[in-house]
Amino acid sequence: MNTVKLVAVFAENRPGQAARITEILFRANINIRCITVASSGAFGVMKLLVNDPDLACRSLQKEGFAATLMDVLAVEMPDKPGALHTVAECLAAHQINLCNTTGFVANGRAILVIEVENPAQAGEVLSKQGLRVLSQKEALAV
Amino acid sequence: MFWNQEMETLERPALEALQLQRIQETLRRLERVPFYRERLRDTGVNAGDIKSATDLRRLPFTTAADLRENYPDGLLAVARDETLRLHTSSGTTGKPKALFFSRRDLDNAAELVARAFCMTGVTRSDVFQNMMSYGLFTGGLMMHYGAEKIGCLVIPSGPGTSERQLMLMQDFGTTVVHITPSYCFYFADFLDKKGINPRKDLSLRKAFVGAEPYTEETCRKIEAALGVDVYNSYGLTEMNGPGVAFDCEHKSGMHLWEDNFVLEIINPATGEPMKEGETGELVLTSINREAMPLLRYRTRDLTSLIPGSCRCGRTHRRIHRITGRSDDMLIVRGVNVFPQQIERVLMAMPQIGRNYVIQLEGLDDMTVKVELSPSAFDGEVGHLAQLQNQIAEKLRAEIWVRPKVDLVAAGSLPVGEGKAKRVIDNRSI
Repeated sequence: MNTVKLVAVFAENRPGQAARITEILFRANINIRCITVASSGAFGVMKLLVNDPDLACRSLQKEGFAATLMDVLAVEMPDKPGALHTVAECLAAHQINLCNTTGFVANGRAILVIEVENPAQAGEVLSKQGLRVLSQKEALAV
Repeated sequence: MFWNQEMETLERPALEALQLQRIQETLRRLERVPFYRERLRDTGVNAGDIKSATDLRRLPFTTAADLRENYPDGLLAVARDETLRLHTSSGTTGKPKALFFSRRDLDNAAELVARAFCMTGVTRSDVFQNMMSYGLFTGGLMMHYGAEKIGCLVIPSGPGTSERQLMLMQDFGTTVVHITPSYCFYFADFLDKKGINPRKDLSLRKAFVGAEPYTEETCRKIEAALGVDVYNSYGLTEMNGPGVAFDCEHKSGMHLWEDNFVLEIINPATGEPMKEGETGELVLTSINREAMPLLRYRTRDLTSLIPGSCRCGRTHRRIHRITGRSDDMLIVRGVNVFPQQIERVLMAMPQIGRNYVIQLEGLDDMTVKVELSPSAFDGEVGHLAQLQNQIAEKLRAEIWVRPKVDLVAAGSLPVGEGKAKRVIDNRSI
């Protein structure tokens, strides 16, 4: 099953942290396609879909950041009303819980990025529903 | 009630004259200690120049570091043969402070404790259960000797288990206990679980609570929880141990035995004297000690002098309960916390990096900042929140205070030169 890798990085919840992270990525010539930040009190976790997740992760770790790679699903949907509902309903029917979710629309294509506990299983379910689950390469080519 | 009414109520001029005489004696004794001989020579002040207790200010302080540097017996003022007892004060780092007592020193220490017991109304009919640790710590033995002096039945139970403490209390009708504030709460909880109402089921009347500073609020809580009168006890190994200052029956401040100690309250930063009533560091000179008198010892305990005289008639001045320590022990919400306890908990958790900082703010808010170990990061915010919770819970179990825990990035906390600055105390005293 196709999955894509997100870079997750731990950061303290204070001014300047995102700037430090993005500077490191910029210097490594990393292109960011999608980003989410989840904060919880004194800290937050930034997750990034990037053109070279391995390099991005290594660069951040080298600078002392706690960073890791996570497998998530990138699902292409029609850019029209009810599309997300189809995905949600399909996952619900299989008792699959959505964790962190984000998405982006580019070049007329709508991509949903979802974290689930078992990406392989969720990917299969969504494929059967007729949705395209993108590979890393496909997701980055959008 | 008085143990030594004449001395306890000695008019101030006579008391001050006695102090001066004993200061002179003490300075003569200190001439036998090379450390002090040199220090005193450096100041150029002769014993004859000291004409009142105030003149002591011309002489140098003694610090805990001086005691450690002169370990084991560099500050001994008598021959080793003259010493009967050794006590140590546990240091959190390095060597302890070693204190020697001669026969007369032990007798005097017991006398001061006997005065303390008497002024709270304890008599020979009382049954005194000493729940403090015996051994090198002065809190156990010195109180024991004082209680024996006035003829109480003494039960040297030591800290022991609560089960056994309770059995002794029930079987021998304990009326007075000597206990730490933290153990009071623990024991009250224990009684609660056992379904024992101390007011009805036990004969307890008084608790001498000491060894750790605690607040007025804690005192009230202990009184409510155990159904006893709580008397505050102040002492330190360097000055005999317990019984240096003690609450009288009016519980309006602790009388400090000025025939044995000269007290000063100084600004801990500048060493200058504070005005009467202002909080500062307590400095004590032991003027009735043979084996190891100490000159202007910096106790690191913060307190203030209570102006005016006490209804009890004692002329020895009173100090407020210790409000803090310029030392490394923290008092958070009435509980004593050593940074080392926190360290122990944190360092046992693999998810945590090496550095941490304890921040105290506002009235009594404690935040522990810990570095997340990069290998423990899996990208899940939820797991990090759980980890924070888990750390807070483990700390609560260890230090009895549930701090706020903030995870920070590894390497983000300042690393000081040498000893790291682990504690940032921004509370207003």
